[in-house]
Amino acid sequence: MTIQELESDTRVTSLRRKDLLGIEELSSEEIELILDTAEAMKEVGARSIKKVPALRGRTVVNLFFEPSTRTRTSFEIAEKRLSADTLNIAVSTSSVVKGETLVDTALTLEAMSPDMIVLRHQSSGAGHLLSRICKSAIINAGDGLHEHPTQALLDAFTIRERRKRLAGLKVAIIGDLLHSRVLRSNLHLLTKMGADTWVCAPPTLVPADMRRFGVTVTHSVDQAVRDADVVMLLRIQLERMEGAYFSSLREYATVFGMTEERLKLAKPDVMIMHPGPMNRGVEISSEVADGPYSVILDQVANGVAVRMAVLYLLAGGAEHEETA
Amino acid sequence: MKRLLKGGRLVDPANNLDGAYDVLIEGDRVAAVGRNLPVDDAAVVTIPAGYVVSPGLIDMHVHLREPGQEHKETVATGTASAVAGGFTAVACMPNTTPVNDNANVTGLILAKAAEAALARVYPIGAVSKGSKGSLLADIAELRQAGCVAITDDGHPVATALLLRRALEYASMFNMPVIEHCEDPTLKGDGVAHEGFHASRLGLRGIPGACEALGVERGVLLSELTGAAFHVAHMSARASLRAVRKGKDAGIRVTCEVAPHHFTLTDEALGTPVPYDTNTKMNPPLREAEDRDAMLEGLRDGSIDVIATDHAPHHLDEKRVEFDRAPFGIVGLETAVPLCLDRLVHANVVGLSRLIELLSVNPARILGVPGGSLAVGQPADVTILAPDLRVTVEAAKLRSRSKNTPFDGWTLRGGTAATIVAGRTVYANAAAPIAGL
Repeated sequence: MTIQELESDTRVTSLRRKDLLGIEELSSEEIELILDTAEAMKEVGARSIKKVPALRGRTVVNLFFEPSTRTRTSFEIAEKRLSADTLNIAVSTSSVVKGETLVDTALTLEAMSPDMIVLRHQSSGAGHLLSRICKSAIINAGDGLHEHPTQALLDAFTIRERRKRLAGLKVAIIGDLLHSRVLRSNLHLLTKMGADTWVCAPPTLVPADMRRFGVTVTHSVDQAVRDADVVMLLRIQLERMEGAYFSSLREYATVFGMTEERLKLAKPDVMIMHPGPMNRGVEISSEVADGPYSVILDQVANGVAVRMAVLYLLAGGAEHEETA
Repeated sequence: MKRLLKGGRLVDPANNLDGAYDVLIEGDRVAAVGRNLPVDDAAVVTIPAGYVVSPGLIDMHVHLREPGQEHKETVATGTASAVAGGFTAVACMPNTTPVNDNANVTGLILAKAAEAALARVYPIGAVSKGSKGSLLADIAELRQAGCVAITDDGHPVATALLLRRALEYASMFNMPVIEHCEDPTLKGDGVAHEGFHASRLGLRGIPGACEALGVERGVLLSELTGAAFHVAHMSARASLRAVRKGKDAGIRVTCEVAPHHFTLTDEALGTPVPYDTNTKMNPPLREAEDRDAMLEGLRDGSIDVIATDHAPHHLDEKRVEFDRAPFGIVGLETAVPLCLDRLVHANVVGLSRLIELLSVNPARILGVPGGSLAVGQPADVTILAPDLRVTVEAAKLRSRSKNTPFDGWTLRGGTAATIVAGRTVYANAAAPIAGL
């Protein structure tokens, strides 16, 4: 679908919600709408002039309370390609260091009438708090251990681009499940779209009651990888030994690290994904990360298209442009 | 001055009374109890049919925040909240600023309580100096100044050795040690019950075993010392199991549960308002199996007391990210409606058992007057309206803080009036009583 086709499409062309706080509250139709829209957005990125006027005159604030390179950059490029006026606020330069609360920071920004706030915050639910006090649309760019919805959407887009579908695929997610917001968003998305979702980690890094998410839990990498269509590795934070989650990076790599050898158990055309940043030689070997099955850089490229789609749809999509 | 409470239903389990009895109050004492008492020269208070006359309710676990945190609550606002909730007495925790670890702080709290002249206030002293967990507080001095128990509430007593010593030492003054049961290493930086909902919301978990370990430790040390050990705000089914085991072995262990722990579950973390910081308390709201175990413990008698853990926090402190918000909710004004609605009307316990939980047993455990309307007892009376429809309005709470997860709830049952030492300190306009 091209962006022109999208705008003349008579189906629902906007997300009928103010914010994107998580995948959990999205329907499978909304997820498909975002992925379809992202296809059109990806086409914009392939042009020599990579800009459309969809968000002209709109102000988007990227409010980042945690350091982030790829997510913030990806959002910023997406916003600029949609012609939005963008503003980046990083925690180190904001008045938060002077003791201002999140609520006051948000109210101060809100007084300047931005249309959207893209929020990255270390506390789970920070976006929900902002959503209750702001008229601006809130886009969650990662909140604590809770969700990172645009990451899951770009993962799904990347899978769908290759496999044309998500339903019925075996997706194995391996790594630090306990501390991963990428995991939670992906679980909601994959189960809603009918994927056969497996998660694998040492028991110390598995959240409580994981099975209630509708996934299969295993501590055997071989079981997780066997016949998998997609293997997604999650980052192991190097300091986790201190919480006694595992004994050493070397041991983790030995038991759970993804190697070419292990990958032989997967489907021959398996896709290797990683949300980044990677610890090469820990959760993923360089041979796998840079190998023929890796779509890790496709994920990054698709991130821009998916974020354009989310921004566009939350701004009202084609409906907005008709009334503008 | 004489007042005759005439009509209604007297429920006084300590004296095995449940029925149409009148209560004559003379001055600050109960002067007579009986059927159709003669009026003589008494002023008549006509209790409407269906209302219940109860010995004054006693909340043995509240935080009045004074001295030092008066932006959250004061003795005056906290006792106003207590009497509006039907409590004639409260026992207040020592985690004030400074900590109530000496007679000066105890004296200040009692002076403020006398000035407010609403509910009776029984201060609870600290186990350790500054509740820091190394040196014992001056417990004899605290006892003499008016403390009725000791605790390092907010935290568990730091070591098993200190808890052992506290139990031994306090037993010579007949004071129970009240313990906030928790293994700090298992709690870590947890903010919610470890289970599906915390996993889903990305909140760091606190397992039930964290509390139960503290209960097991206390029960073992109570057995070792022969001293009275009371488990504060119990929430986990494993804790209840440990308490039952201790009781069966004849160990002097008692326990309390808060209304929020027999009403809510961890599902409230996500609905109706996701990450509502008024669903954050310690111990946390547990899963349904734990909530059901608390109801069962109330029903079968293994739980001794209902106490609110009234923990006021200012809106500014609660209107922050979930993991940064302080633990705790206010409870004094919602306890009676929750107890009547969720326990009595739901047929978990009868009124007589409820009054044991809210009055008789806390008086016995703390060794304070009340819990009985026998002749000569203080005229502390709570008049309940079990069928009154009550809608909780946070903004209208008498507490200085409004941090309740029950805002907007409609419940069946409330307090009609509260009488302390023969004096009416609260009369609910929605449940008028002639002659009060």
